[in-house]
Amino acid sequence: MRNAVLVGVLLCVSHTAGAQQVPDSTARRQQRTLDSLATALAATQARLDSVIAAPPPAAPARASGSYMNVSFVGLTDFGWSTAKDLGALQVGDHEPHARGFAIPNAELALDGTVDPYLKAFANIVYKLNAKGETGVELEEMYFLTTSLPGNLQVKGGQFFAEFGRQNAQHPHAWAFADQPLALNRMFGPEGLRSQGLRISWLLPTSFYTEATLAVMNSAGTTTYSFRSDESSAIHAGAPADRAVGSAADLLYVPRIATSVDLTDTQTLLMGVSGAFGPNNSGPGAQTQIYGADVYWKWKSPTAHMGFPFVSFQSEGLVRRYGAATRVAFDTNRVLPGETLRDNGAYAQLQWGIKPMLIAGLRADYARGDGMAVPVYATVERANRTRYSTNMTWFPTEYSKFRLQYNYDHRAGIGNDHTVLMQFEFLLGAHAAHKF
Amino acid sequence: MTTLTQLLVAAGALLSTTGAEIPRAARQLNVVATTPDLAALAKAIGGDAVDVKSLAKPTEDPHFVDAKPSHVVTLNRADVLIDGGAELEVGWLPPLLESARNDKIAAGAPGRVSASLGVRMLEVPTSFDRSKGDVHAMGNPHFLIDPLNVRLVVAQIAEHLAKVDPASAALYRDNLRTFLATLDVKSVEWQKALEPFRGAKIVTYHKDFVYLAERYKLDVVETLEPKPGIEPSPIHLAAVIATMRAQKVKVILVQPFQNRKTAETVARQTDAAVLDVAQQPGAKANTATYFDLMDSIVHTLATALQEKK
Repeated sequence: MRNAVLVGVLLCVSHTAGAQQVPDSTARRQQRTLDSLATALAATQARLDSVIAAPPPAAPARASGSYMNVSFVGLTDFGWSTAKDLGALQVGDHEPHARGFAIPNAELALDGTVDPYLKAFANIVYKLNAKGETGVELEEMYFLTTSLPGNLQVKGGQFFAEFGRQNAQHPHAWAFADQPLALNRMFGPEGLRSQGLRISWLLPTSFYTEATLAVMNSAGTTTYSFRSDESSAIHAGAPADRAVGSAADLLYVPRIATSVDLTDTQTLLMGVSGAFGPNNSGPGAQTQIYGADVYWKWKSPTAHMGFPFVSFQSEGLVRRYGAATRVAFDTNRVLPGETLRDNGAYAQLQWGIKPMLIAGLRADYARGDGMAVPVYATVERANRTRYSTNMTWFPTEYSKFRLQYNYDHRAGIGNDHTVLMQFEFLLGAHAAHKF
Repeated sequence: MTTLTQLLVAAGALLSTTGAEIPRAARQLNVVATTPDLAALAKAIGGDAVDVKSLAKPTEDPHFVDAKPSHVVTLNRADVLIDGGAELEVGWLPPLLESARNDKIAAGAPGRVSASLGVRMLEVPTSFDRSKGDVHAMGNPHFLIDPLNVRLVVAQIAEHLAKVDPASAALYRDNLRTFLATLDVKSVEWQKALEPFRGAKIVTYHKDFVYLAERYKLDVVETLEPKPGIEPSPIHLAAVIATMRAQKVKVILVQPFQNRKTAETVARQTDAAVLDVAQQPGAKANTATYFDLMDSIVHTLATALQEKK
């Protein structure tokens, strides 16, 4: 059959060559008919071929056809520093806390579509501490609506607050091996996340503008600046036992973000965020955190695998921690009510030099003002500056090596040099990241 | 009372008129395609009744498009989304759709066209193993370079456009007929142009000309990438050079976003020509439509194969 068609096509081809020499309109017309017939035959043949040659429907197991995507990200770190206590320097939860090797983050991520109205996502993190003991946490678990009217979307469950840019990102999406100091200071080692509901509205503007408001529980170690058991690190008093009395005792996280394409190859994304809620330095005490963030990226018009590119990211945060009159955690001394002010910022530059190779540069600081009783000023609020540089190489999209150097200056402690190495792999569903 | 009734009837008539006519006349259908090739096909079928936007730029690597916020807005306002349906966009489309919150273009909706539906996919893996590189689970996603696949895709686009916008259904069907008639004529031309080179050996950068090779019986003996999505290594390139010399392969096909320097290095050592071919309309001058694009590819290929014969 196939041969017959080919012969047909070839006949037409040779016939056309002949016909061109004879300017006979009838012959041309016939030729056109023959051509179109030959094509129709070829198309029919192709369809027949596809029916005959197509693999039986059950043959390939289609990952994309499954009800749930499963992926696993494994992160291995190696850290060494002139500071003996690496944990005091690298305070983030997904960073090495002792000289040597560490497995600070192994994520099992599950996601899929629940039904025509909801999607869902869960992230379960396994981590080994410095003693090699395994810890497990339900880092995130939430549903997301897909079809609310009015460009609204609701997220519910346990999730990272959409405050600024990096807080909601998982470690494998970070440009550096560690969290910025400003985020450590305001949100603690694990970032700001809690249980709650978040509503988002995509505004009907011609450019991207999205407003979100999260209402969350304000208690726990992942709400560090609010009702956290570790609040002594901030206010130096014994944490008060503070229950939720009214809606004002919940945590509110509003954010508005906007983005424009400056040119065909440059995009700018900016946002302002806030986090308002009670803290447990004493009854009635409140914390306010404000933040502004900016992200700019240039990508080559002929980008291959997303390279080359240059990106700039910066966030600045300010915290007003209203400390109540409280009793110092280590003595019976009464500390007066006061407002503790902290601020911090970082700026980082990434240069995607050529496919799969990125160089990074970051400057970082966090500051805290003094306390009414200076002797109680905590090391967690001390002034600190850090400069970092790194190189990241992705052998493929599914693995990466990173080498990073940090130069640290901690007020009252001194300077330290730290080297961090990272190796990461991804199993399972394809990684897809937001901008 | 009578006046009130008359007023109401008049208002009703006015409303129904505006409801029936003004949106149709005032507003084109917002059609979004993930890649420029799908956008060109949508434009050919939709004509003036549609406004077509492509998310990927013609010159960039369609596997790695940034999930920019502006794309969220574009998708939020889309009446129709045409994607490849073969996971070419798997690294960037899902987060965009999640943020776009647009039911009209959800999978399975009339406003969603999965272009690969019905296409006989090549290189469908029988097992999933990333040691073989970044192999797409549903097969090689660069299928629009075979004109016979395009027949299926445009028919699907016309069907979906007609469903979403019944008022212009006749226009879409007319445009489809015209497109297919031209495609038939063009297919014969392309077939004739490449027929003399049946069995010709070629090298490509990525596995992105497999469907073209299958249609016109060309032989892709090697790719510069050792495996899909894996950067060329010196060891692999040495092997490619040896193969090209042994089999006398004289052309290397490179797309605008691929590393031309690598191809040039190989070409210098094998006396081969590096051919700048683009699979996306608009990446090169005078290739805005699918026909212009294929004309350009076929002409470039036929000319080079003739010169190197």
